[in-house]
Amino acid sequence: MIKIENISKSFDQIKVVDNISTEFEKGKTNLIIGQSGSGKTVLMKCLVGLLNSDQGKIFFDDKRFDELSFSNLSDLRKEIGMVFQGTALFDSMSVLENIIFPLRMFTNKSNDEMIYRGNEVIKRVDLKDANNKLPSEISGGMKKRVAIARAIVLNPKYLFCDEPNSGLDPKTAIIIDNLIKEITEEYNITTVINTHDMNSVMEIGEKIIFLVNGRKIWEGSKQEIFDTDNESVNNFVYSSELFKKVRDIQIKGK
Amino acid sequence: MKLFFHIGLYFLMISNTFIRFTKWNVLKKLIFKEIDDLIIRSFGIVAFISFFVGGVVAIQTALNIENPLLPGNLVGFATRQSVILEFAPTFISIIMAGKVGSFITSSIGTMRVTEQIDALEVMGINAHNYLIFPKIVALLLYPFLITFAMFLGIIGGYIVSIYGGFSTSYDFIQGIQLDFRVYHLFYAYVKTTLFAFILATVPSYHGYYMKGGALDVGKASTLSFVWTSVVIIIVNYIVTQLLLA
Repeated sequence: MIKIENISKSFDQIKVVDNISTEFEKGKTNLIIGQSGSGKTVLMKCLVGLLNSDQGKIFFDDKRFDELSFSNLSDLRKEIGMVFQGTALFDSMSVLENIIFPLRMFTNKSNDEMIYRGNEVIKRVDLKDANNKLPSEISGGMKKRVAIARAIVLNPKYLFCDEPNSGLDPKTAIIIDNLIKEITEEYNITTVINTHDMNSVMEIGEKIIFLVNGRKIWEGSKQEIFDTDNESVNNFVYSSELFKKVRDIQIKGK
Repeated sequence: MKLFFHIGLYFLMISNTFIRFTKWNVLKKLIFKEIDDLIIRSFGIVAFISFFVGGVVAIQTALNIENPLLPGNLVGFATRQSVILEFAPTFISIIMAGKVGSFITSSIGTMRVTEQIDALEVMGINAHNYLIFPKIVALLLYPFLITFAMFLGIIGGYIVSIYGGFSTSYDFIQGIQLDFRVYHLFYAYVKTTLFAFILATVPSYHGYYMKGGALDVGKASTLSFVWTSVVIIIVNYIVTQLLLA
């Protein structure tokens, strides 16, 4: 479980994240949704420590993230996996090298053991015939799979995904979304996903928080988001014609 | 004020580079890779430039000393002094600021733009140590490159002088042996070592702290070349004042 209390972050006097408090539950896919520029990525960067929040507290289970000693923080970081929007694969390394990179850095496993574990996660994310290829030689969907494999290779307790299906076709996006959900349940980890894709909300959203201009406007479940009377949420959810039609059909049905 | 901010951030980066070391097994591979990228792949351009500039120095010296009262070994002497004291350490370092410096800035800058540095930091890896320390260690071999440049510069001067008819082989060799001071080599290697550190760290700073996208990587590389050259020229002046004046 990850709990945040009153997190704020400003850049040049402009508040990008404004006093956000919430809890991300274990074994569930927790979604942070909102329009581009709503502060999702900055909030996530504060959560993983890439940015220091101006105020507030972050708890990873019972550990307060911003007050950990250096060695405890290093230990905690090994329990965090992250899938970046642009995958952030090391382009000078092969797919397999990318995946076993955290093992190489943080474990004393032999090369054979690392390759064995690497192949295990490669199988789990359903990557085929890509071990020796460079990231530049594989498709966008495969890159996301590699990024997920790298994020889970150390068996993390917390998984962060920043726009995991951006730049993917709708079918591949759903496959990646479902893969993340399956991994979350299988490993019983706390997963936090940034997205602005309503299809992702439909597919995997279990707990959702909705941001507007850095503020948490709404929080609830996938079922609740379609029934809420919050105007900002409705404007976001029903911004696409498809969802408007679904809503119209539902209303007619009633 | 912004200049002081950058200077402060640069020294913070340097201090962070020497803490929280990456595992030796990983670091070793990175160091060998950097030696290949930064030193071995520079031998060709350094050889080419050194040879011809050594030749040009010899020709210009010969053409400017037409007085028959001046000794014939002056061409060799002047070529040796120019190459060892200034041309090989400083001129080659400015060239390397363009070649090696922009390579370092663009490779680290691309990692910044594509979030690879963020990925390292999220994993808890000291990105400064992982990225910059191997470059500093690799550039400890930079004095060998400069020795090679000194040797080829003098050889270039010798060949051009003999085949161009500007000096005789005997005079030139006598000139390069004339009044040889080991202290001049010491001076040259002191500044070469300092330039090596500058070549590793100033471009790394520009790559590491760059902001923006792909276009900005190009801008950062240009800026890195300018600042690396400026710092080399200033340090060259200070070291010369301290050690030779």
